[in-house]
Amino acid sequence: MKAKITEMMERPNVLLRGNFACAGCGLSIAYRTSISALDRPIVVIPACCSSVIQSLHPNVAFNVPTLNIAFAAHASAASGIARAKKMRGEEVTTVVWSGDGGTYDIGLATWSGAAERNENIIHFCYDNNFYSNTGAQRSGATPRGAVTTTTPEGKKEKRKSITRIMAAHDIPYIATASIGYPRDLYAKVKKASTIEGYRFILIDAPCPTGWLSDPAITPELGELAVKTGYFPLYEIENGNLIFSRKGEKYRDPENRVPLEEYLSKQNRFKKMTPSQIVEVKKDIQHEWDQLVRLE
Amino acid sequence: MNEDIELKDPVLPLGRPTLGSAGETGDWRTYRPKFIEENCIKCYKCWLSCPEGTIRVDAHGEYPYIDYVYCKGCGVCVHVCPGRKKQKALEMIPE
Ligand SMILES: Cc1ncc(C[n+]2csc(CCOP(=O)(O)OP(=O)(O)O)c2C)c(N)n1
Ligand code: SF4
Ligand code: SF4
Ligand code: SF4
Repeated sequence: MKAKITEMMERPNVLLRGNFACAGCGLSIAYRTSISALDRPIVVIPACCSSVIQSLHPNVAFNVPTLNIAFAAHASAASGIARAKKMRGEEVTTVVWSGDGGTYDIGLATWSGAAERNENIIHFCYDNNFYSNTGAQRSGATPRGAVTTTTPEGKKEKRKSITRIMAAHDIPYIATASIGYPRDLYAKVKKASTIEGYRFILIDAPCPTGWLSDPAITPELGELAVKTGYFPLYEIENGNLIFSRKGEKYRDPENRVPLEEYLSKQNRFKKMTPSQIVEVKKDIQHEWDQLVRLE
Repeated sequence: MNEDIELKDPVLPLGRPTLGSAGETGDWRTYRPKFIEENCIKCYKCWLSCPEGTIRVDAHGEYPYIDYVYCKGCGVCVHVCPGRKKQKALEMIPE
């Protein structure tokens, strides 16, 4: 999918400049692109970098109504907002905007309940693969081999497949997107906004501070994650998976850019041994094999 | 019992959208992006990818420009710029 730049340019600026995000922050690109696509958004944010980059009270960098709330309360708070607004006849787009820690781990029970009730919410998870704002601890999204402050020798387990867990809830719309392809991301958010019920969008959002990468290559890392097959792009609509045009060809391992090219640009992977790289390639293939079964 | 306590209206921790909520973040830069107009093809990739929103475009069809008060000097715009005939329209120069 590809949105028109002219359309994107006409949208309001939702993230005011001069905020606390690190230089080259992937989450900032994800936020600007996604939230600007929505009409009258109300954004619910659990503890994460997104609560920090709003900056210091009473000044806020987020230019839309925002509720900061306890970690595991995001989707329940959003459920209440969505229902109250509906009763009042007010048309809004209620959003959960969470990091991977707040979606893969803490708060999982909360969103699972909201998804089961099919609440009218768009749940975004910007995935920077770890708990960044508390100083780079591992999360369920951290890939095998990545060094974090709690996995100093590299994580031993593979990352979990949050979209497949989400898919088991039979919600109407799930999509993956990347800040490497902002027009695809914008188009998917637009599409999600036309659907009713619980919708989930997972966004690959590189974090130069925690990935120990050059801030200038943040979008390139997003692209490489797709091109190496590490982060497949797809939508799951009413249970049917469709690979996105941008990423479809990487289902064939022959077409993939060597994974090493992605890993070598991030110092969090510098302790990886060749046998661990083989393991990660197997993790990637395993995920694709599981996704293909949902087609 | 402390009888000096006065009941006040509850204070809501309510913030307001503010430009430069973290100050003039242009101070963070060690390098700055410089715009070279003749190489610009107005593809707006820099605008799409600037994390800070400091690549400004007044209207579609106009050249982009940079808000140096807040640009953090990350270099993303330079990295994504295709430029004309492989000559980028943005380059990083030391402050
Ligand atoms: C119940 C609870 N446990 C732990 C914390 C501390 N804490 C605040 S933010 C955070 C990490 C958030 O990680 P993630 O959701 O991935 O977002 P990111 O920081 O990466 O943007 C943690 C552990 C908390 N605020 N509340
Ligand atoms: S730590 Fe990472 S995700 Fe958080 S503000 Fe910095 S670059 Fe962005
Ligand atoms: S250097 Fe970074 S912050 Fe400054 S204009 Fe370019 S992309 Fe934006
Ligand atoms: S990315 Fe480069 S060529 Fe494209 S609009 Fe920006 S400066 Fe011009």
